[in-house]
Amino acid sequence: MNPRGETYLWIAQRASAAVLGLCVLVHLATIIYAVQGGLTGAEILARTRGNAGWLAFYAIFVAAVAVHAPIGLRSVLAEWLGWRGRGRDAALVAFALILAGLGMRAVLGVYA
Amino acid sequence: MSATLNVSVWRGGADGAYRDYEVPRHESQTVLDVVTHIQRALDPTLAYRYACRVGMCGSCAMTVNGAPRWTCRTHVDKVYKNRKLEIAPLRNLPVIRDLVADMREFFDKWARARGQFRGARTKADDFARVAPGSEARKLVDAAIECIGCGVCYSACDVVAAIPEYLGPAALNRAWTLAKDERDTLGVDRLRAVAGDAGCHACHTHMSCTERCPKGLSPTAGISGLKRAVAGAALRGEL
Repeated sequence: MNPRGETYLWIAQRASAAVLGLCVLVHLATIIYAVQGGLTGAEILARTRGNAGWLAFYAIFVAAVAVHAPIGLRSVLAEWLGWRGRGRDAALVAFALILAGLGMRAVLGVYA
Repeated sequence: MSATLNVSVWRGGADGAYRDYEVPRHESQTVLDVVTHIQRALDPTLAYRYACRVGMCGSCAMTVNGAPRWTCRTHVDKVYKNRKLEIAPLRNLPVIRDLVADMREFFDKWARARGQFRGARTKADDFARVAPGSEARKLVDAAIECIGCGVCYSACDVVAAIPEYLGPAALNRAWTLAKDERDTLGVDRLRAVAGDAGCHACHTHMSCTERCPKGLSPTAGISGLKRAVAGAALRGEL
């Protein structure tokens, strides 16, 4: 990949990290709040089902993960396994799609 | 203070081994003094490199007890822990023989990072006047005193993992030029230092900053390059 492409990847990883920082905080705070009063699974689903706000929040969360993790893994593969080039990048695109797919499946599972 | 030092010195090339020497101990003795004593009094075949002996030339860097150091300004008292002094050539560079590392790749990377100054003025022009208090000049001042010793390069784990990585010294040099208002290379240099073999490979471990004998922070310069390169990319100039 050329320097411009690699720079865009770096920007994407930094930007997604900023989004993730916020998302993780909200996510953890929500978990801590939700378990305090002993909410059941059914009660949680009652709050998330049909709630467009939670759908949007977790869709953004999943998108940020799908962008962030493969770019980090890209450096790990190069530095630890010496795997570079198009084969690696194609594998990482597949990895990003799997992350996005599994993540959105879970998000839709508590929305729909 | 004991009368003698137990010193292990790397002998041979990449497949060499440590050899032990007993060296008289003196007040205010430097590691370079120890190596010099070995060559002059114990074994004249020992190969090592030095020039100025006062921390200016950057040629005497070696690995001392596992860490890269300038040996002429490293006192034995500071490093002689557990009665052990182990001296080896710089890491991350090919060994020529004994304590002499091949610095070619290190300096070739300065050239690859476009470490040459390129100005627009000729000798017919007046001097450029750079305000000492300007933001850019202050950033250059903080990074300009590099003596090219290779200690940062030897300390860097990213260089160890990615052999083509330009390394802290070359990137630090590029940073001082990127902030030099007389320099005209601009985006061409940013393009040379961008990407997986350039500033974006830095993990900010700060080993270079920890080890730099001149107290510089190549890490700060590399971070500056990352921002400058990202800015150029977002403006569509890269």
